[in-house]
Amino acid sequence: MTLYILCFILFLIGIYGVLTRRNLIKIVISLTIMEFSVFLMLVLIGYISGGLAPLVVHPEGADISVVDPLPQTLVLTAAVIAVATNSMMLALAIRLYKKYGTFDIRKINELKG
Amino acid sequence: MDGWIIVLFFVIPLFGAFVMPVTYLFSSDSPKFITPVITFVLLILSLYSFVYQPEQIAYIIGGWKPVGDVPIAIYLVYDGLSGFMLVIINLIAFFSSVYAINYMEEYTGQKYFYVLMCLMIAGMNGVVLAGDLFNLFVFTEIAAKSSYALVAFGVKKDELEASFKYQVLGGMANLIILFGIAMIYWQTQTLNMADISYMLQNVENNIFPVFIQLILITGFGVKAALIPFHAWLPDAHSSAPSPISAMLSGVLIKTLGVYVIMRLFFNVFPVNESVSIVLIALGGLSMIIGVLLAVGAWDLKRMLAYSSISHVGYIIAGLGIGMIMLARGENQFVATLAFTGSLFHLANHAVFKGLLFLNAGAIEYAANTRDMKQMGGLAKFMPITLTSSFSASMSISGLPPFSGFFSKLIIILAAVIAGFYLIAGLAVVAGIITLAYFVKFQKYAFYNKPSVSSSIKEVPNLMRMSMISLAILCLLMSVLILPEIREVFLNPAVNTLMETTDYADKILGR
Amino acid sequence: MSVIVKKIAQLISALIFVFGMYSAIHGHIAPGGGFAGGVLLSGAFILLIIAYGLDYFKLKQQTEATSIFESVSILIALLLAFSGLFAGSLYFFNNYLPPGTPGSLLSGGLIPVYNILIGIKVAATLSTIFFALIIYKEEIRR
Repeated sequence: MTLYILCFILFLIGIYGVLTRRNLIKIVISLTIMEFSVFLMLVLIGYISGGLAPLVVHPEGADISVVDPLPQTLVLTAAVIAVATNSMMLALAIRLYKKYGTFDIRKINELKG
Repeated sequence: MDGWIIVLFFVIPLFGAFVMPVTYLFSSDSPKFITPVITFVLLILSLYSFVYQPEQIAYIIGGWKPVGDVPIAIYLVYDGLSGFMLVIINLIAFFSSVYAINYMEEYTGQKYFYVLMCLMIAGMNGVVLAGDLFNLFVFTEIAAKSSYALVAFGVKKDELEASFKYQVLGGMANLIILFGIAMIYWQTQTLNMADISYMLQNVENNIFPVFIQLILITGFGVKAALIPFHAWLPDAHSSAPSPISAMLSGVLIKTLGVYVIMRLFFNVFPVNESVSIVLIALGGLSMIIGVLLAVGAWDLKRMLAYSSISHVGYIIAGLGIGMIMLARGENQFVATLAFTGSLFHLANHAVFKGLLFLNAGAIEYAANTRDMKQMGGLAKFMPITLTSSFSASMSISGLPPFSGFFSKLIIILAAVIAGFYLIAGLAVVAGIITLAYFVKFQKYAFYNKPSVSSSIKEVPNLMRMSMISLAILCLLMSVLILPEIREVFLNPAVNTLMETTDYADKILGR
Repeated sequence: MSVIVKKIAQLISALIFVFGMYSAIHGHIAPGGGFAGGVLLSGAFILLIIAYGLDYFKLKQQTEATSIFESVSILIALLLAFSGLFAGSLYFFNNYLPPGTPGSLLSGGLIPVYNILIGIKVAATLSTIFFALIIYKEEIRR
């Protein structure tokens, strides 16, 4: 249970960063922290204590418990998606820096949404 | 229809997206002709499967049979609701891609535009067909990531800023959705939607499903731009290139937001009264606040974007009314009526909002402005844009005999019969204000004293063609109200929502 | 960068490259797989680029090449998946090659092929992203 609470605290740290930081790069880093907290939680949910890696080479009928690979594949896929998110956001941050000359979101405010 | 045909819905656009960088080496014009061909094939395919496949089919990828009772493979499910959404998605995608041929000539790096557009279509088709939450999440991400890139396609100041804002909010929404999926896995140890449905029916304590549903409403509410979560929509939809605005407003928010809410909350989770009240409240709020924001906007595309919020509100409110009737188990007729209205309005809104964004793009293309104060007297120069935008404006404001009238009428009727007089009143008021700001748009853009130079010409032929076709569709969609035609087009989708547990029963064959 | 850095980067990148290939090829019997292998492969290239500088590699042409590699590898994977439809039983992603003995290198039917293709795809994609970030092509609207 402690681990889940720690994950949640990590998530809250990420939200705090997204909401309070003014620097584009720091916002990207905070979002990444949030992502990793959710990934950690998914892996923890899928883990069975004493479980082995889900490979077919384990002997048939042996008395072993195997971890469900589903959350692990989900985390891997979501991590790949996170790579795409981060690279897109960093590319946009570079572009925005060229246009505005700053990473400060208080100065990047053409739109009023 | 054979089951394997449904994989074509995302294999063809994926194939197109990755074949274009190769063909670009031989002919730099090839991407702009490949994309309309692909979307046309998809449109034909979706119509074919919609007409010839009224039954639900589940297709197993890789041929992995269920082990005992546990489905282990990736499932693709095609049923009435999926087919209905596929027709709408590919219809708007086809007209947008035809329109884009001329419109995108002003931009550089066109091949990336078409690659991203094909990826977005593949993502949306995949979301509609996915039978498990894993693939639903992945396809959502494919569509969302390509839409982030497409919003920033013009690389001007405001476009980059809109895209960054969209990405931060969209990224947080994704994490919330992933958190919800993690919670579902914790509860049920599976991600297959049919299996989850079975597991959740046997859960005695229904607090946990409601908790997950509220998390998912937050996540998918950001994607659907319901009112407390709408901040990204007006920026993103007004900054994108116009064909993409039409896709985003017309189908993307409905596929990633509304469709997923329908599928998960009706077919996967047990229907629940408290959740439906949340949906009705969010829908009513979106309806009225959306129009109030739109009335003050002077930027044409921003006005249309705000109006999308209000129309998604109509759809969600209709769904909520149907859901509360289903949950109470009384008066199934009202539930049918509400679902018919919602789905009908979803289709109508895709057509007329797509058309209005294409019109806004045409005005921007010809007069090079988006500010309504700087337009004026365009009626003389752009007769086709005038006629088509008139048709769309009347349809969106709900004047008979255009299609928007009937769908709004059905939703309001359902609200009145179900006893939600406040929602019905809000819908009527929102409809009247919608009429007001579309009259404002017509007056300032087309009839005011001419303030633009006289060198404006009507847009090129392909752009005209897609606008005229969609304008005709705005009128033609009214025939969906006739019982014989409703039987074919709307009823399969409505039945999917009405028979909530049927979805899981048919897939698992229990 | 100094000669020492360049030489060490050269030596280490070869090792990383070989390990990346190992990881991608053994994806079906050991931890690793296409994605991890691809990341290692692109890491080897990126290390070399950082050590030797941008001009040494004439990166403009490389960007085109990597994006073509990316498209072609994913196209082959799609075609392989699609070919499963015609190999007997109308299943997409049909694994129609013989399974072999579990645990040996030549086993798992088509899965190693997909792993290798994904490895190429990921290596090309990450290199493309890296090039795009460091070159920063200005594409202004006319």
